[in-house]
Amino acid sequence: MDISGRLERSRPHPHLDSRFHSRLTAALAFLLVGAAVSSCGGGSSSTDPQRNAKARSVTLTIARNAIVGGKNDAEASWITKTVIPGFVAAEKAQGLRVKVVYHGYGVDDEAYKTKTALDLKSKAGADIVSLDGIWVGEFAQAGYIKPLTDVVGARADSWDGWGQISSSVQQLGSFQGKRYGIPPSTDGRVLFYNKKLFAQAGLPTNWQPKSWDEILAAGRALKRLPGVTPLQFNAGTAMGEATTTQGVLPLLAGAGAEIYANGKWAGGGAAMKQVLGFYQQLYGPNGLGDKKLQEEAKGRDKSFEEFANNKIGVLLEGVYLWRAVLNPKDGIAKMADRDQSVGYALIPAVAPGKGVKGQSFVSVSGGAIATINPHTKYPQQAFDLLAYLNRPDVVKARIAGNPEVTSRNDVNADALKDDPFLTYVAQKVLPITLFRPGLAAYTQVSTALQEATAGIVAGHGPDDAAGRYTKALEGIVGGSGNVDAH
Amino acid sequence: MVPATSTRTEAAREPVREEATDVVGLGRRRAAAFVAPALVLIVVFLVFPALWTLYLGVTDYRLTGLAATHPHFTGVRNYTDVLADGRFHNSLWLTLEFVGGSAVLGQTVLGFSVAWVMRERPAAVRRTVEALVLLAWILPGSVVAFLWLALLDRDGGTLNAMLGTPGTAWLLDHPMACIVVFNVWRGTAFSMMLYTAALGNVPPSHLETAKLAGASTWQTLRDAVLPKIRGHALTSLLLVSLWTFNDFTPFLITAGGPENRSEVMSAYVYRTALGEGRLGFGAAISLVMLLVNLLIAFAYLRALRRRRA
Repeated sequence: MDISGRLERSRPHPHLDSRFHSRLTAALAFLLVGAAVSSCGGGSSSTDPQRNAKARSVTLTIARNAIVGGKNDAEASWITKTVIPGFVAAEKAQGLRVKVVYHGYGVDDEAYKTKTALDLKSKAGADIVSLDGIWVGEFAQAGYIKPLTDVVGARADSWDGWGQISSSVQQLGSFQGKRYGIPPSTDGRVLFYNKKLFAQAGLPTNWQPKSWDEILAAGRALKRLPGVTPLQFNAGTAMGEATTTQGVLPLLAGAGAEIYANGKWAGGGAAMKQVLGFYQQLYGPNGLGDKKLQEEAKGRDKSFEEFANNKIGVLLEGVYLWRAVLNPKDGIAKMADRDQSVGYALIPAVAPGKGVKGQSFVSVSGGAIATINPHTKYPQQAFDLLAYLNRPDVVKARIAGNPEVTSRNDVNADALKDDPFLTYVAQKVLPITLFRPGLAAYTQVSTALQEATAGIVAGHGPDDAAGRYTKALEGIVGGSGNVDAH
Repeated sequence: MVPATSTRTEAAREPVREEATDVVGLGRRRAAAFVAPALVLIVVFLVFPALWTLYLGVTDYRLTGLAATHPHFTGVRNYTDVLADGRFHNSLWLTLEFVGGSAVLGQTVLGFSVAWVMRERPAAVRRTVEALVLLAWILPGSVVAFLWLALLDRDGGTLNAMLGTPGTAWLLDHPMACIVVFNVWRGTAFSMMLYTAALGNVPPSHLETAKLAGASTWQTLRDAVLPKIRGHALTSLLLVSLWTFNDFTPFLITAGGPENRSEVMSAYVYRTALGEGRLGFGAAISLVMLLVNLLIAFAYLRALRRRRA
């Protein structure tokens, strides 16, 4: 600021004000432009798939809910130790200077979802973002993610890996018939049980219940063991999606209903009441489960620990429990004798033949997808990295020492043959499994399901909880016309 | 730009009275230019977000899904829904419990007691106590939340180890009591400092006189001390009430659970707006929250004015 302004005040300088004005205007314009830019989040708004395709020096970022030394440690280590050096070297061989930065998180899935939604909304965030398959619909509708062909062009559809991924697994990353991302793997839900506790309770260590009554009978036998929670099926709102996928949906399928079928959502009808009635056996008076575990903020992690410490008899969980939680090498609740002490069984229908599509056993599958941020500066290079993440040899490196059911049939055929558990999942579970509907309303419906089970945990009866659920569901999906309440 | 004529006419128009009050000699326009950057910042970061929140409150705007790109105008529906929402009533009541229990009663009474008791202690003792109380206040919220989780944990918690009550789930069985005690512990420092300063304003002669007259401690406090510090007390109550009303740290300890039993307003807004993605609804709650804040502030300010009058 021109200090002479003050001295000149008594006799205004003819040119001072004009100079001053232009400076003021410039300053204001600068501030307003700054504000406008910052409110846009600073991202590039170009949508040309070929933008910066010829850049010689590129920085890419990968984000996912996996962190070295914490949640999904193996995944994070694979990215930082295998993928990034390998990709950088491969690009260098082609004369490109690429830097890849990894943004790892180790938080609850809901918190990661909020963070990612806010990132993408403000046109910021990593270039390659990992999402749960069930979020694809709502993220796509919000415009946060775009079909791969829009972001990188036709080469997204001609990628050679698609031929190795079965179409049901591809659905994980699709919405309204368009591909939004590549699913790296899939999973399934089974009943995990502790063979040591089963032996102590006089139960067969080679267990396969054929009805819900047989599960409850095993629970009553286990209840005689001191300090043991017989049966733990996720319930309540604190566990979020885990309650829906590892609890309500497999049970609902076992009671003969799909959450979304023939254009309608399943309301609080007979099947839902059977499910809630089963929950009442676990968390009602004298129940066979630990209801506090379902209310605690860190309840799911605690259920992992208790299972690893031989304190839970039967736990309905995903493949994740075996691979990443109990894994004696790098799990978050290591169980040294996992292979000998942990048994697994298919989830039975309420009675043989009474499950969805007349099945006697059921499961639910899901999985993440990796997608490209539509606002990436380097769409072509990001797709190169995405394809690299899903290259057969790189996928094999991911599952070496920590096998899982990958999305690629060629890798599975080769890599799973020495792993009895994953062979079991691939051969016995995947053929009978259900995928969750990739619709935007799903996550809200899921919340309503969690609240219904929370009602049981809080002491309400199945009829009461089912009635409230139907009412909540009608509000979410737009009236009773979209709800099947039978 | 026609500088010569315009400045001259303006200079001629400027009344003498203004010249007299304009001690710095800047003139109205240059003074305005000096405050402009601050005003722009206020508009960008305060006024605009506030208006934006008002706008969001009348839409069905969501974090994800179709309503994120094409929000619809829904009029006052969010507000009627908020006011009819059982969770809102529950949350408002819990927040009032939280403010009443931890701020008005806990922090104020404890803060005053510490200040009163420490008044005539040796400086070394006083400093040590003050430093410890202050420490609870200056540590970052996320750090102390973690410490309290470790203290109250069901299995390996320090409190259970000290009391010999393994397996007691304090955070599940008594979630409100936990966050009230936590907030008393955390926020007492402010009241303590304020009352320490306020007690310095009470003339020692008054206290001496009360002592000579044989007044009990309670009588001394009521008749000699409180009338002198009433203004400080009201100011302190106003501040800690508003801070506590909007405090988010309880969320870090109980996450509003179990089953919403500790879902104070800040947690309720966070969970609906960001957790469930209902930004429009969350904006409506925020405005209602602001109105409750204004009511609290208004009540205190009236009490202050009555005192002065």
